[in-house]
Amino acid sequence: MEHSNWLLSTLVYLSAAIIAVPLAKKLGLGSIIGYLAAGIAIGPFGLKLVADTESILHFAEFGVVLMLFLIGLELEPPRLWALRRPIFGWGSLQLLGCALALAAGAMAFGVSWQIAVVAGLGLALSSTAVALQVMNERNMLPTSAGQAGFAILLFQDVAAIPILALIPLLGARAEAAGNPWLEALRALAVIVGIVVVGRLLLRHALRWIARSQSQEIFTAASLALVVGIASLMQAVGLSMALGAFLGGVLLAESEYKRELETDVEPFKGLLLGLFFMAVGMTIDFGALSQHLWLVAGILLGFLAVKGVVLWGLAKLVDVPVGERPVFTLLLAQGGEFAFVVFQQAAGAQVFSAEVSSLLIGTVALSMLVTPVLLVAVDRWLLPRFARLASPSADAALAQRQEAPVIIAGFGRYGQVVGRLMYANGLKATVLDHDAEQVEALRRFGFRVHYGDATRLDLLRMAGAASAKVLVVAIDDVEQSLKLVDLANEHFPHLAIVARARNVQHWYALRDRGVTLIERETLDSALMSGRSVLELMGWHPHHARQMAMRFRRHSVQQLDQFWPHHQDQKALVAMAKQGRQQLEELFAQEREAPQGMRPQGWGDEQP
Amino acid sequence: MSVAPSILVLAAHPDLRHSRVNRALMQSGQSLANVTVRDLYALYPDHVIDVPAEQALAEQADLIVWQHPIHWYSMPPLMKLWLDDVLTLGWAYGHGGSALRGKDLWLVASTGGTQEAYSPQGYNRYFFDAFLPPYEQTAALCGLRFLPPLVLHGAHAVSRQAFEAHVEVYRDRLSTYPQWPEMADLDACPLCEVPARDRPTEEA
Repeated sequence: MEHSNWLLSTLVYLSAAIIAVPLAKKLGLGSIIGYLAAGIAIGPFGLKLVADTESILHFAEFGVVLMLFLIGLELEPPRLWALRRPIFGWGSLQLLGCALALAAGAMAFGVSWQIAVVAGLGLALSSTAVALQVMNERNMLPTSAGQAGFAILLFQDVAAIPILALIPLLGARAEAAGNPWLEALRALAVIVGIVVVGRLLLRHALRWIARSQSQEIFTAASLALVVGIASLMQAVGLSMALGAFLGGVLLAESEYKRELETDVEPFKGLLLGLFFMAVGMTIDFGALSQHLWLVAGILLGFLAVKGVVLWGLAKLVDVPVGERPVFTLLLAQGGEFAFVVFQQAAGAQVFSAEVSSLLIGTVALSMLVTPVLLVAVDRWLLPRFARLASPSADAALAQRQEAPVIIAGFGRYGQVVGRLMYANGLKATVLDHDAEQVEALRRFGFRVHYGDATRLDLLRMAGAASAKVLVVAIDDVEQSLKLVDLANEHFPHLAIVARARNVQHWYALRDRGVTLIERETLDSALMSGRSVLELMGWHPHHARQMAMRFRRHSVQQLDQFWPHHQDQKALVAMAKQGRQQLEELFAQEREAPQGMRPQGWGDEQP
Repeated sequence: MSVAPSILVLAAHPDLRHSRVNRALMQSGQSLANVTVRDLYALYPDHVIDVPAEQALAEQADLIVWQHPIHWYSMPPLMKLWLDDVLTLGWAYGHGGSALRGKDLWLVASTGGTQEAYSPQGYNRYFFDAFLPPYEQTAALCGLRFLPPLVLHGAHAVSRQAFEAHVEVYRDRLSTYPQWPEMADLDACPLCEVPARDRPTEEA
């Protein structure tokens, strides 16, 4: 049946995702909820369209593996080394703190200590898949909450190994799992082997493959690489995800980093989606409904206990107040690794299969609830936090004297704009999603709102209704366009001043009616060009004139191209023509007899 | 003349926030249908003049007005840059350049110093007219007839009445051009032909 029906079941998965995910996004719920809902809908407790959810879950776990590989690619070894304290310090603090608190809680309800310890350890783990996906979607990884969360998740991946090793020792059927020292030695040898081989061979191998000039072979190699490392790790009882992460780190400094990223990314996306669907499918609503109150109790209890511990931890490691709710929530949920832990525990007869399925169901439920809770936090809790954090007692007064300028994105670009406004005594409201940045700015007297500028409620709170100018200085192109759309729809009176990452972004902004757009690198590049001309003997003023004329030419050309930017052919022809004109004009200028003033650029105009 | 003459006002004031007179004059010019006012400092804050656009506008005009405050006995730097960049060899003068020939040029200026200051007894030591020859010759070289300038002295401290009268005269002149009483007494523009092998020395 599997073989004859694989087309059909593929179709079922894909269509469920295609329907549910856009729907969930439209409702502002995020893609994870969409996948989970799709999984529930097609699973044994929905339309019963698919069976064999377990094997699907195992298969889809590979999405998590690929995700960690991609994360590893972004983390060069020196950066990882710098993270060693958060990983081992905060990670162990989180895991042991949560596990102890949970076990103590369970024992208070009369649970035996073996079950309490295993359940505590299992529930203390968090879902790397959900947490990292959410952090990615919100561009949270660079913030301090993101860094702390990531470090803790990474530690959990490492810690899962000793946890799994511990379970048989607690079980009723204690079986000799071989010499633990030998096991550890083997694991260490594999890791060292991967690091050494990766350092010495991987780059050369990739270069050799890349030289074959065959796109799909490179993709195959990328996947084979991850699969290979993962299976190697599994063979010695280590976490596949951890191995893939290690592989990614090893390649983070190689020249194939971007290529690998683009190749693996779509697989990761699809498999991760499948993984979330599988989680939805595996929720055993039958077992859960029989113990409705017990499940609800465990769910609330473990979320609450972990929440308290995590909140304390967040305070301890200086996660800014505004980022704490999301940080706590993301780590409070149970994780996919708990599934493995509980299954193994049932196998080792630490507890019964019934307890195991109950706990697994609870963890899956927590993963389902988290994205929903996240929406609630966004809607109700965070605005309150932002208000709480806003500087003074005369908040009501401040509310009325809205700043006339809103700056969205306060990175390298927005900061320059903001400081110029500040120097001119203009009030600016700043929106940024990096809470550390936000706190620093507060000290300079800016009205800063922490959060995602593409959210309508946040924009409104920042005074978009009464402001005059909106500066879109976000570095992410999609977010930037999203914000412009939002502003156009809800605050049409706002004059938009936008930063364009590149020409495509410029066109997209122009399509949306924005006219005050600056390409972020044009002016600084021209200044560098001037320096080069000066070094080559041009008179500084002449160099300036040339740069200014070039600028005008470039700006005019972009304006001319814009109506045709969908039409590649016309664009190429026009670009060629434009370059020719420019060269001719330069040549004219060079050859013009001394004293003959140039005619400027615009000769190409009608 | 049945069609209203086309008038191009080139206004140059580096800091209009501190100008009462020039701002009022610009607004007054803008209210007339046949007058185009170019606020040079607003158009070219980076001092990069769009030469073809400026030349096209100048070609269409019958009367070109230079409206600016007097700075250091001369024009503000952007006005001068306009001359440098727009009045090109072969277009405005020399090598057969005659784009502006036969048109009129009118200087509308304001000074900080009073009329008394612009006299041998005042601290400016010369009558105001003594500072005009560069203007007159610039006009002559391009074949422009230099109309009698309209000057407001002591612009910072002028009375409300005198200020309003000045703006009124300006507006009246613009709207009655070219039917000005003194037109009949004006000499035609002297012809200044640049020999083909001669190069302007300002570039050296």
